[in-house]
Amino acid sequence: MENTFKLRIITPDEVFYEGDVYMVEFNTIQGRIGVYAKHIPMTTVIYPGILKIHEGGKVTSAALISGFVQILKESVTIVAKACERPDQIDEERARQAKVRAQRRLSEKGNIDMARAELALVRALVRLEAKNKH
Amino acid sequence: MASMKEIKRRRGSIQSTKQITKAMKLVSTVKLQKARQKAEKSKPYFNLIYETIASILSKSANLDHKYLKKNDGKMDAVVAITSNRGLAGGYNNNIIRLVERSFKKEQAFIYSIGKKGKDALERHGYNIAGDYAEVINEPLYKDAEDITELLLKRYEAGEISAIYIAYTNFKNTVVHIPTLIKLLPLDADEIQSQQKEGDISTDGAIMNYSPNEEVVLDEIVPQYIASIIFGALQEAAAAENGARMNAMENATNNADELIDKLSLQYNRARQGAITQELTEIVAGANAIE
Repeated sequence: MENTFKLRIITPDEVFYEGDVYMVEFNTIQGRIGVYAKHIPMTTVIYPGILKIHEGGKVTSAALISGFVQILKESVTIVAKACERPDQIDEERARQAKVRAQRRLSEKGNIDMARAELALVRALVRLEAKNKH
Repeated sequence: MASMKEIKRRRGSIQSTKQITKAMKLVSTVKLQKARQKAEKSKPYFNLIYETIASILSKSANLDHKYLKKNDGKMDAVVAITSNRGLAGGYNNNIIRLVERSFKKEQAFIYSIGKKGKDALERHGYNIAGDYAEVINEPLYKDAEDITELLLKRYEAGEISAIYIAYTNFKNTVVHIPTLIKLLPLDADEIQSQQKEGDISTDGAIMNYSPNEEVVLDEIVPQYIASIIFGALQEAAAAENGARMNAMENATNNADELIDKLSLQYNRARQGAITQELTEIVAGANAIE
């Protein structure tokens, strides 16, 4: 098919996904984007969010935590620190992480607000991926 | 000549040592295979990050980024990867020697991964700034990330001027090369010269960095360093088991040789004793006649 492109998702532990897809959606630090074939070459940074892979009528979701993405004309490569399918997510652990992050955010005078916020977002993304997809 | 009893005892003791070394060899063979598979799996991740960094650096020559500049700190940070256990031939010593050859005592903070390296370097008067002995048995990416975060913080604060990593590169089962890599500051020329041409083809189009090169570098560089440390940990784990396997195989062979030699000595001693006894009997019989 001419409207597909090659998608590769690589994590430190494994090649998470490799195949021809029609579109891929994910969050970047500048907002959510969807990439079709023949996108202009671009490298950008990922923000935690739900990753959606569209391939021939089928949509696969996963929790994409952080990393960067390299978009070329014929291929897209996502280099992720962590990327998890719903069945790989430990729900209990994510829920605990969420509570921990919320506690840290509610503490006054906490210097590492940005970090706690990011931790909360990560936990929420994992929970969303687990429960809705 | 030693007595028969003594030789027999020694042979028995070598026999049981041989059993131990043989078992250790088998164990490290299995561990080596596992470690090797893991190392293979994380290679594409590392290669891709490396390519991306190389391509950013090659396309934007005049970047003024905090990770590219040399800062004024006087100390170097060295991540030294050794093992927690000995009996691995020259594995630990090679890394310790490499560190000692490359850095002066007063100029280096050692971040040691592995107990053997820490003990030896500490004894030789090096400044141990961090100890992650528990990491080496089962390296996780999270460990590499934690170490990276700590190092980058000190680097940005200007406490350290450069970050190096010393580990054993696992070429194949017999060849392990102690290697020293400079992690920071990034050397644009060096990275470009190592990159093979045509690795990344953007089909003539210009790569865009969103929002800009600096933000992308901010994100990628820590990931790059963590991936090198992670890769090095895995290579080192494979190399450690490879080194132990070889050492134990040699030990087993040496034990075999010793046992052969002692068996020969034992048989000679036995024969000598019998001959002597016979002579005595014959002499005794002759005396009666």
